[in-house]
Amino acid sequence: MSNPTHLQYTKEHEWLTAAVDGVSTVGITAHAADALGDIVYVQLPTVGDTVTAGETCGELESTKSVSDLFSPATGEVTEVNQAVIDEPALVNSEPFEGGWLFKVRVEATDELLDADGYTAFTGA
Amino acid sequence: MSLRLTALDALHRSLGATMTDFAGWDMPLRYGSEREEHLAVRTRAGLFDLSHMGEITVSGPQAGELLDHALVGFVSALGVLRARYTMICREDGGILDDLIVYRTAEDEYLVVANASNAQVVLDALTERAAGFDAVVRDDRDAYALLAVQGPEANGILAKLTDADLPGLKYYALLPATVAGRKVWLARTGYTGEDGFEVFCAPADAEQLWTALTEAGTAEGLVPCGLSCRDTLRLEAGMPLYGHELSTDLTPFDAGLGRVVRFDKTTNGGAFVGREALEKAAARAGAEAPRKLVGLVSEGRRVPRAEYAVVDAEGAVIGRITSGAPSPTLGKPIAIAYVDAAHAEPGTAVAVDVRGRPEPVEVVALPFYKRAR
Repeated sequence: MSNPTHLQYTKEHEWLTAAVDGVSTVGITAHAADALGDIVYVQLPTVGDTVTAGETCGELESTKSVSDLFSPATGEVTEVNQAVIDEPALVNSEPFEGGWLFKVRVEATDELLDADGYTAFTGA
Repeated sequence: MSLRLTALDALHRSLGATMTDFAGWDMPLRYGSEREEHLAVRTRAGLFDLSHMGEITVSGPQAGELLDHALVGFVSALGVLRARYTMICREDGGILDDLIVYRTAEDEYLVVANASNAQVVLDALTERAAGFDAVVRDDRDAYALLAVQGPEANGILAKLTDADLPGLKYYALLPATVAGRKVWLARTGYTGEDGFEVFCAPADAEQLWTALTEAGTAEGLVPCGLSCRDTLRLEAGMPLYGHELSTDLTPFDAGLGRVVRFDKTTNGGAFVGREALEKAAARAGAEAPRKLVGLVSEGRRVPRAEYAVVDAEGAVIGRITSGAPSPTLGKPIAIAYVDAAHAEPGTAVAVDVRGRPEPVEVVALPFYKRAR
């Protein structure tokens, strides 16, 4: 699956939309979802939490392992995706769409990559 | 060091498999969704490449006596064309590996070791063969190994062979012709389902894989990787060397004392590890310090290998050896060594999942048993 060009990416394999009214949507990339295998449980931050760019804000459990979820941005969490909490497999099947994880009111971000930069980073 | 490739390597890549380093072999981890592969084996059929397993042939007039001396089982009592689950132990009783031994002829046995221990087993058998009229041969490169597992396995094999499948009992084998290729066809497996393991020449592996895939299309057979093999064996309560079994443990510690046959009559009843294992048996009977149990969680965070099992006060009372989300049960399961005082089925304990206790219940193994 190619990486959508309208998103920005981290080297921790998260993606981030351009902000709408200051709020961006966050998810993990298809590359990350493929590497994890079937995701069976996602633990997300809670609405109202402040997350920090580059720091752990949740975890993703797959059949074989558990991985930390790193926030690509600093700010307050405004919404979490109940659909992926109920059906974690959405992260595998629609990583860039229905499998989004949470929304954050962006105050700051770490260095982000564009789609070409991320594709090159993953060696695809 | 470069990874060893099985005879089916190109085929796995053409199927888009995610590969993994397993004991020095580049093996398929999964082809698509490991959960779907797991459920296919439980409800239909799955096809595995297990060519990393370590085959060792032991032959000669005293092949049986040698194996009775070298292993804990009573191997020479096995009928021709029958198989047995057994172990090889050190002099101190520690488990070197768990094995399946197939008696392929009156004076010949095929010993199948775990990939990670194949060299250790080969070296131990070679050393222990001194004084016996028997030959130990490394046959790792002589065989590829395919497995067809699942309730539809029998029907799929029946399309490709005239072998007497109804007469082929669990833990038995036959020399057979499958899809025109000569193989050893064994009714064994590591999934908790009915199924077959097919030992063939590496040159025949690709043709057999293709024939099995085509024969199984209507039944919904899918290629399966090692990831689902692990969750299948975990649900079936089967131990995995390096997790439930190690050189620090005897078969009695692992709750598998039944594989140790003190009633052997060959070699005057002597075998490697006997004295230590007699003590281990007495200890296990009197006051087993820890027991191997199942744990089931009603939560969603998964207890994984090496996590601590804790009591209500947070004191460590055990250690997880294997854990995964169970596709069949739909909840996390684990196998753990737990202090005997907490090992009774129904006991409520907890697992320290990265700093937070997750409540789990002790259950008897296995988690899953197929309807017969």
